[in-house]
Parts: sequence; C-alpha cells; structure tokens
Amino acid sequence: MNHLLIMLPLLIPLFGAILSLFSWRYVRAQQVIGILAQACMLIASFLLLFDVNDNGIRTTQVGSWPAPFGISLVADLFSSMMVITSSIIGMAIYLFSIKGLDKARQTFGYYPVLLILQMGVSGACLTGDLFNLFVWFEVLLICCFVLIALGGTKPQLEGAIKYVTINFLASGFLLTGIGVVYGILGSLNLAELAVLVRTPVSHPALITMAGMFFLIAFGIKAAIFPLFFWLPASYHTPPIAISAFIAGMLTKVGMYALIRLFTLVFVTDQELTIPLFTVLAGFTMVIGVFGAASQNDFRKILSFHIVSQIGYMLMGLALFTPLAIAGSVYFIIHNILVKTNLFLISGVVAHNRGTFALKKLGGVYLQHPFLSVLFFISAFSLAGIPPFSGFWGKFMLAKAGFEIDSFVIVLVSLAVSLITIFSMTKIWNEVFWKNKPETDPLDDVVTAREKKDNRLLHLPVLFLVLFILFIGVYAEPVVSMAQLAAEQLLNSELYINAVLKK
Amino acid sequence: MELILPFLIGILFSASLYLILHRHFFKLILGLILFGLATNLFLFVIGRLTRGGSAIIGQDERVATEPFADPVPQALLLTAIVIGFGIQAFAIVLIKRVYQSFGTTDLDDMNTTDQIEEKH
Repeated sequence: MNHLLIMLPLLIPLFGAILSLFSWRYVRAQQVIGILAQACMLIASFLLLFDVNDNGIRTTQVGSWPAPFGISLVADLFSSMMVITSSIIGMAIYLFSIKGLDKARQTFGYYPVLLILQMGVSGACLTGDLFNLFVWFEVLLICCFVLIALGGTKPQLEGAIKYVTINFLASGFLLTGIGVVYGILGSLNLAELAVLVRTPVSHPALITMAGMFFLIAFGIKAAIFPLFFWLPASYHTPPIAISAFIAGMLTKVGMYALIRLFTLVFVTDQELTIPLFTVLAGFTMVIGVFGAASQNDFRKILSFHIVSQIGYMLMGLALFTPLAIAGSVYFIIHNILVKTNLFLISGVVAHNRGTFALKKLGGVYLQHPFLSVLFFISAFSLAGIPPFSGFWGKFMLAKAGFEIDSFVIVLVSLAVSLITIFSMTKIWNEVFWKNKPETDPLDDVVTAREKKDNRLLHLPVLFLVLFILFIGVYAEPVVSMAQLAAEQLLNSELYINAVLKK
Repeated sequence: MELILPFLIGILFSASLYLILHRHFFKLILGLILFGLATNLFLFVIGRLTRGGSAIIGQDERVATEPFADPVPQALLLTAIVIGFGIQAFAIVLIKRVYQSFGTTDLDDMNTTDQIEEKH
C-alpha cells in the first residue's frame, strides 16, 4: 500500500493521459477524464503527504531491485509538498482551461500533454536517482515544448524557439554533470552519492566541478540571474491556461532539484557555494524586480516577477540554516500557488477585455469587484504583506539572515519586496482602478452566456485564493511542516537510512 | 584511441557552441545536434573504456570475469540518445515552422517577444 501511494502521483496522470489519447476525437470525454484524474491526484497526494508526515521518509524501489542498483522513488516532506502543490494548481488549471482555452487547442492534445507534464513534475520531485531526475526533467520539458508551441501563433513559435534551444543546452550540461559524477563516484543513487561524498574521496575539486555543471543546468531551468533571459521572452507567449501552469510550476521544479542536490550531495565545498549562491540570489531578486518595473504588459510583469521570486528561494539555500531552508520550502509552495493565481487572474481579465496591455485595460474594479478582491489578496501575498502567505516566507528568510549576520542579502530582499509592491500597485492602478479607456460601448454588452462563462473562470481563481489564504492566515501547520522538511533536507542521515537500510 | 576521444569531444563541444552562437537557423540545428553528440560521447567515455569485455555473466559463473565494460554508462547513453533524438526532431520541425511563418533564417529577426510594448 505504501509503495502504491508513492507511485500514484506518477500512475494517475499517466493513465489519465493514455485514456485521453484514446478519446482523441471527443473533447468532452477528455475533459471528464482530466477532471477525474486531477481529483484522484489531489486525493492521492494528500494521502501521501499525511503518510510522510506521520511516518517519515517513504521509499520504494522500482522493480524491487535493492537500493543502490535499482531506481529508488523517495517521498520526503519537501517532495510530497511539491507534489501536492502541483496537483492543486493542476486542478485549478483544468477548471480554467475548460472555458479559458480555445477549442482548437483543446482538440489538439492539450489535456494528455498537460497530464504527462504533471507526471514529469511528480517524477522529478519523487525520484531518488540522479539519472532518473534527468529523464523526468526531459519528460516535463518536452511537454512544455509542445504546450508552448501548441497553436503555432507567431509569438508562440518565437518563444518556443528560445525556450527549446536554451533548455536543450541546459539538458546537455545536466547530462555532462551526471557523467562527471558517475565517473568520479561510480553511482547515481542520490543516497549512495550522499554517503560517498562524505567519505574522503581522491578528487574533492572534481565533485565541486560536477556541482557547477548542475548549478548551470538547473540554474537555467530555474531562471537564476545570468541565465534567465529566456523566461520573460517565452513564458507570456502561449495562452494563459498553459503559461499559468508552466510559469507557476516549472522554475520551482528546477529550484527543488537545486535544493535537493546542494543539501544532499554537493555539500563538500561550501566555502565556494554559499557566497556564490548569495551573490546569485541577490542579483536574481534585483534584476528580476527591475525588469518587472519597466514592463507594460500584465503577463510580462508577472513573468519578470517569477525571476525575482526565484532569488528568494535561492537566498534560503545561500543562508543554509534550518530556518532558511524552511523559509525556502515555504516560499516555493506559496509562490507556486500565488504566481499561478496571478496568471489566471490576468487570463480572466484578458478573456473579458481581449488584451494584456496595461494601457488598454482599466475599470475592471467596477465591472468585476470580486475578481479585484481576489487579485488584491494574491498581489499582497506576492509582495509579502502580513497576514498573507508571502509574509511568512520572507519573514523566515529575513530572520534566518539576521541570525547569521547576513545583513546585506536581507536588506536587498526587503528592498526588493518594496519594489514588488510598486509593480503590484501599478497593475492595480492600471487594470483595476483607472477609468476604462474609450471603447465601443457595444463591447460592454454582456450576454447571459458570457456571464456563466465568467463565473466558471472565477472558480479556479477562488479555489487557489482559498489555499493562499489558508497557508497565510493559518500558517502554523504549514510553517512547522516546512521546518520538518528542512530538518529532513539538512539531516541527510535520515534520507540515507530511509533509502539504503531497508 | 583513448587519447583521441577526449580531444574529439572537446572539438565537438566547441564546434557546437560556435554554431549555436551563429544567427542562421540551419547552423543552430547543426549546433544542437553536435552538442547532443558531444554530451553523449562524453557520457560514454567517462565510464572508462574497456575493449572486448562485455558484462555478460557466463552460465556457470557467479560474477562477470574482469575486465568487463561498465554497463551503466551504456544504458544511460542509450536513454540519452533516444531522448536527444526526440528533442532534436522536435527542434527541427519547430525551426521549419518558424521559417515558414516568419520567412526568415536570421535569429536576430526574432526579437519581438523581448520588446517592451510602446506606450500609446
């Protein structure tokens, strides 16, 4: 039963995708299968989280080959929190895409590809094997390629070509790093690698070099400072249902892999990695937020904010105390929910107004006051105003920074928060508050059908806002869970024992 | 032979990066393919080369006789080749589509998604 529980986040989307492919011609059937798969996935990942929370790290060996030889699947608190967040936003995206995505794209395999993408996300979070991590990343990347290019409009093709090229390079670096690790240590199982790097090895510098390969590979995927330029160029091009999932989830999976590897395996040369991470985190935050401040498009502002928020997650890894890592974990969970939700809100606005350009928008507050409240909550969460969820993540990170006297990075992060508020206020002013620009009054006529569609579009936004409010207002259980997750991450004995001593 | 391979890998890596940095689509495709080849070859060589000894255990043996080639890098390589092939095929089709709808072979023409929209 426990083995099945770890497998379910992989099996449910796989079988859902297969069933959807069988009903290729019937979009309605695909929608039903998709929703069912999402509901099952949500239940399964909640069960997995409770199980891991009660019983500690859970492992299973695929094909029953014992640990260092077979492929291990490992569910610790961090990975099961990632899986659950991915299934929450998966559910929201599915609810949104029924009305929010055009029929042509829905008939061309949107549902199966999104399910396989979710399988890739779960796999990357649950695997305990370095090469397997690469394979899962390829699974989710190729789904992303297809989703970004799906529909084939000009901006999409242009975004896709940038995305595909840079991610192909990143995968090459990742594979090279895996090769170096295998060449030095002769193993790919993460737990065994963790044991091997902690025993005296002949070439400690080579392990650091392998770590740098991973830093570059996952740095590209997570959009860290000098490697992020592909993100604002491609994330806003596909329709919002697609870009919301990709924008919410994908960079954080890269961040997950970085945190996992640099707490478990590449811990030998921290005199180098910690200052490096600190500098990268600072620049990622600052450049991302300034990039956002200069944009005039709803989606592009949000895209640049992804970069800036990645900096906070990296900051936790740079401080490397239990509280800081817990802050990172909490921040990742919070950010996936909030970012997806902001993208969905921009989608709802654009569904009504047909544009994302701030200049052409306005007066949404009068037309959709409820949506405005939902935006208000999400935007303040992103900026980190108490009692919303972003505050707790930033609070933990800042406190951890003060505890080890890293004042500069904490000050930078707080200043970046202020500029984040500036960007959010800009969106609020331009989209919701200011008067609507002069348009044809006939555009404002709302039919009963459009009203019904609108209500359906609000549903996923409301769904996500409930979770955001939950982890913000009732933060204690989530924060203590994040602290437990950080304990598991930093105390690698737990991980090693769970995988190897079975 | 073993001395040639590292140099070959180095040449492949540098040639592929050089081609990727070009503006022409066709050179981009060539660069991507060479880059995939270089990483695959690297993965193959770093598992150490053993000639003429496959890791097959004989019928009345418990373990394979030394020296045998490490089968793990070969298995990884096989997976990596298949994945790389898939992605390269996708990239080629994508570039063809881009060429058809933009009518250009110059990557520098593809800068609209980076631009900040004009204020009206």
